[in-house]
Amino acid sequence: MPRDTEVLVLGGGSTGCGIARDLAMRGLEVTLVERGNLTDGTTGRMHGLLHSGGRYAVSDQASATECIEENEILRGIAGHCVEETGGLFVQRPEDSDEYFQEKLEGCRECGIPARVLSGREAREVEPYLADDVARAIEVPDGAVDPFRLCVANAIDAENHGARVETHAEVVDLLRDGDDIYGVEVRHESGPGKRTHASPGTTEEITADYVVNATGAWAGQIGAMADLEIEVRPSKGVMTIMNVRQVDTVINRCRPKGDADIIVPHETTAILGTTDEEVSDPDDYPEEQWEVDQMIDTLSELVPILEEARTIRSFWGVRPLYEPPGTGTQDPTDITRDFFLLDHADRDGVAGMSSIVGGKFTTYRAMAEEIADHVCDKLGVTASCSTADEPLPGSENIETLEAGMDDFGLRSPVARRSTQRLGSRASEVLETDEPNPVICQCEGVTRAEIRDAISQSGSDLNAVRIRTRASMGNCQGGFCCQNMANELHPTYDEETVREALDELFQERWKGERHALWGEQLSQAMLNYALHATTMNRDHDPASATGDVDFAAFDGGRTASDRVDGTQGAD
Amino acid sequence: MAIEDDVLVVGGGLAGTTAALAAAERDVQVRLVSYRQSTLRNASGLIDILGYTPAGDGPLVDPFEALDDLPTGHPYERVGSEAVREALAFFDGIVGDAYAGAHTDANALVPTHGGTVKPTARYPTSTAAGLASDDRDALLVGFETLPDFEAPLAASHLEAAGAPFTARGVTVRFPGIVRDDAKVTRYAHLLDHDETVETPAGETTAREALAETVRTHLEGEARVGFPAVLGDDRADAVRADLGDRLGVDVFEVPMGPPSLPGIRLEDLLYEALEAAGVRVTTGVPVVDYETDGERTNATDPERIDRVVVDRNGAEVPHRATQYVLATGGLVGKGVQSERDGVFEPLFDCHVPQPADRYDWFVDDVFGDQPYARFGLPVDRDLRPLDAGDDPEFSNLRAAGAVLGGYDFAAEKSGSGVSLATGYVAGRRAAEGCR
Ligand SMILES: Cc1cc2nc3c(=O)[nH]c(=O)nc-3n(C[C@H](O)[C@H](O)[C@H](O)COP(=O)(O)OP(=O)(O)OC[C@H]3O[C@@H](n4cnc5c(N)ncnc54)[C@H](O)[C@@H]3O)c2cc1C
Ligand SMILES: Cc1cc2nc3c(=O)[nH]c(=O)nc-3n(C[C@H](O)[C@H](O)[C@H](O)COP(=O)(O)OP(=O)(O)OC[C@H]3O[C@@H](n4cnc5c(N)ncnc54)[C@H](O)[C@@H]3O)c2cc1C
Repeated sequence: MPRDTEVLVLGGGSTGCGIARDLAMRGLEVTLVERGNLTDGTTGRMHGLLHSGGRYAVSDQASATECIEENEILRGIAGHCVEETGGLFVQRPEDSDEYFQEKLEGCRECGIPARVLSGREAREVEPYLADDVARAIEVPDGAVDPFRLCVANAIDAENHGARVETHAEVVDLLRDGDDIYGVEVRHESGPGKRTHASPGTTEEITADYVVNATGAWAGQIGAMADLEIEVRPSKGVMTIMNVRQVDTVINRCRPKGDADIIVPHETTAILGTTDEEVSDPDDYPEEQWEVDQMIDTLSELVPILEEARTIRSFWGVRPLYEPPGTGTQDPTDITRDFFLLDHADRDGVAGMSSIVGGKFTTYRAMAEEIADHVCDKLGVTASCSTADEPLPGSENIETLEAGMDDFGLRSPVARRSTQRLGSRASEVLETDEPNPVICQCEGVTRAEIRDAISQSGSDLNAVRIRTRASMGNCQGGFCCQNMANELHPTYDEETVREALDELFQERWKGERHALWGEQLSQAMLNYALHATTMNRDHDPASATGDVDFAAFDGGRTASDRVDGTQGAD
Repeated sequence: MAIEDDVLVVGGGLAGTTAALAAAERDVQVRLVSYRQSTLRNASGLIDILGYTPAGDGPLVDPFEALDDLPTGHPYERVGSEAVREALAFFDGIVGDAYAGAHTDANALVPTHGGTVKPTARYPTSTAAGLASDDRDALLVGFETLPDFEAPLAASHLEAAGAPFTARGVTVRFPGIVRDDAKVTRYAHLLDHDETVETPAGETTAREALAETVRTHLEGEARVGFPAVLGDDRADAVRADLGDRLGVDVFEVPMGPPSLPGIRLEDLLYEALEAAGVRVTTGVPVVDYETDGERTNATDPERIDRVVVDRNGAEVPHRATQYVLATGGLVGKGVQSERDGVFEPLFDCHVPQPADRYDWFVDDVFGDQPYARFGLPVDRDLRPLDAGDDPEFSNLRAAGAVLGGYDFAAEKSGSGVSLATGYVAGRRAAEGCR
């Protein structure tokens, strides 16, 4: 029976998008389905650290080695998604000398460039480090934008012929005896780009092979075909500061612990994280103590964090996995390595493999291994080229930087736009139309917003992850409305209204966790702008029941009006 | 030696200026000290009294009818509905022709820049021809370089809201604006001064060029609305001029910050302060206070003897008989917070609050937000109350957004509460000097 596609990838996180790109570049026919937006799972809720491997240099040297290799590859193929910040493992007086030494040696054994800095030298690099920081090890950690990188993989997959469907949730696996041959998906607003306020549909997609890359949700997918996949979702909190207190990744140099990393990210610094097992990856408590712990503990490394403004917090769930019978108690002890579960070998059910575990930093290597496996299954011989071919946006980065154009924009806006768009900058920003700034905090112009809309439809969260619009200090209070305005007239008024409500609510979800000090004032200002100035909380267009306009003040008398009509009051 | 006045008002927003003006009418020497720009620069310039009940019923046709049913502790309940009417009349007297709406008790429905409509009691004359409760067809004009107002979208939104007229929207280039990120004040300036601008047809003036640009889009509408950038100092002349050229009524749609209608109101209020002989000191914060320690009974509230103003590092004492606290709410920074609590930073007045920070908010962004009600509880004389419901000080009253117990954003009651409580606090403060 002819199948709709050769390979069907489930899940639009870094793993799924990486696999889709890899297979599409090898010439296979690929379809990817994702229930929400790309990155809506763990990928969009991670810490943004491009590991040098230093973190695993003592506990897990295989992972550490893989990290440094992939770290170097990503700098090459995804330059526009990576900031080469460097990283420090800092030692406080109470942290063990022995461990410091082990870390240093571990780095060297794994090929991770490492150099010891005195406390004074470390503070020259990062002036806000605590006075009593004793020493530090410098490593090539970096900051990575998971949204941009994941989306670039999906775009490149599409460029190589793949079909990528977002807002398409897998609701069933199609299984015939011991063979899985596809899935049934529910399209939130029909196939293709998302349009709010249009009806949903379902579709059966058949495939020669299915790859389950749904991370923390892999068990739920497995259960649809009575397969047991023992994912142990483990949550972690991250707290975003309004400015970059540090320009280097700061790690605490001790065996393991919560709240021990600060990652500079665009205009912000992100504090993280924790590790706590949860039963449901979609429903777990997000608590005050977790946020407080980030600030209190990391203030030991960077004291000004205690008084600094945070703009939001968010949580992610790690798709941790360990083979049945391992029985690790503490989730921090569960391996960060990934597992490829071929259900034919494991459960006697052919046609599907699941991928669980792993790290963002090594997504490409994981994808390569899985793509090899899929090719093997399908009897295809084609080799992997993802380590050499730059992602869209990262082609010829050097020439781009040399010939920096300002596209008629103020220079800070031009610089930030170009950093985000990489080699796509001129294609997106060169326009004869007026190109005003839509998001002031992040310097995002109309042209960039419209480019994102052309990729993703009416979904403003999809626009947000592509552009960073609404992700700065005001958390969208000032720009959500303006972003929504750009959807019109491509999308009608009702669609725009729904898209705006959805984005505004999403922004609030994280901002709630930062509600004190300046950010509480900001929240009140945002609330006033939307509820008082615009009356969006009581919009008659969305409310049930009609307004009796004639009963209200209709203005003054005939003599005041050009057409001599009378106001109705 | 301390600077001496009868009444000292801290905070120069709508509440503080109203308090100062209300006190000054009673022949006492009034001083107003204000630090940063007031919330008026963020606000639309509309004067809402009450658009929705605290339970969310509305839009209310008659705000005054609903005032008597407000819960105990609501600022309007504290001052009583008569005082609200008096304060509004007082405001009408100050602003004169600059505002409309006084001819009726009914609320007007004003189109917003997001295309919704909202109930309000007084509106700048510049918005008067735009009421959504007026049934004449309207053309909305937006500018390519002003992304805050997408006129065609706003027009469809008005239709979806059920407005009783046909609205159309067009987007045009604003003649004379060359930079895509020009500030709203640049648009206003061009029109105020009717500057010379280049158009494809040659050199002309800003108003003529704008009228020409719009004319071709008119399809018989009797009124034309623009985002609120139509002039600053000479807004009336700009509007009249555009109206004459187009043969229509011209109106402005209120916008977000920086809001020209809000700035115009602020200018009006400061002119009135000057005319009333109020001594105004701006750009400096009040940072501290001292009590005189004198009281007849141990249970009596303390008296504030003086406050301390920080003038670029120099601490200057200011003494008065009566004080009004009008430092604003969370936005104006009259109410502040840290991770473990909400406080009033100047006099450390009691601010009721849930102990747990995670009870300060609810999950629905437009839900019943506890943080929106943060502020001071007061007695019927507007004196802030401590945790035991006793006045914090005998000679301190509070007014405006620093008060708690109401959600101005949901109720649409912000300026109304500032006016009513500012008015009452100012009057009582003046009476207390005798
Ligand atoms: C707190 C935290 C911090 C981290 N920090 C880092 C870091 O700094 N550096 C690093 O390298 N790694 C980090 N990681 C690890 C990294 O984020 C993850 O390993 C990686 O993002 C996992 O990607 P994925 O594609 O496998 O999973 P996901 O991104 O979760 O993708 C799975 C996708 O499947 C979708 N899905 C689920 N159910 C269905 C369905 N029924 N139908 C269709 N689609 C479905 C989900 O919506 C989701 O988008 C961190 C993880 C956590 C939790
Ligand atoms: C975005 C927004 C839109 C709004 N839209 C409307 C609307 O459409 N209609 C409506 O009716 N209402 C609206 N409001 C509400 C209304 O504007 C406010 O409720 C009202 O202006 C508050 O006035 P206020 O005088 O109490 O405070 P503010 O205007 O905040 O003034 C307080 C002043 O006190 C100063 N101050 C603070 N601390 C000190 C100190 N220690 N020493 C000296 N000075 C100090 C501040 O710098 C500030 O100038 C809106 C509010 C916002 C935020």
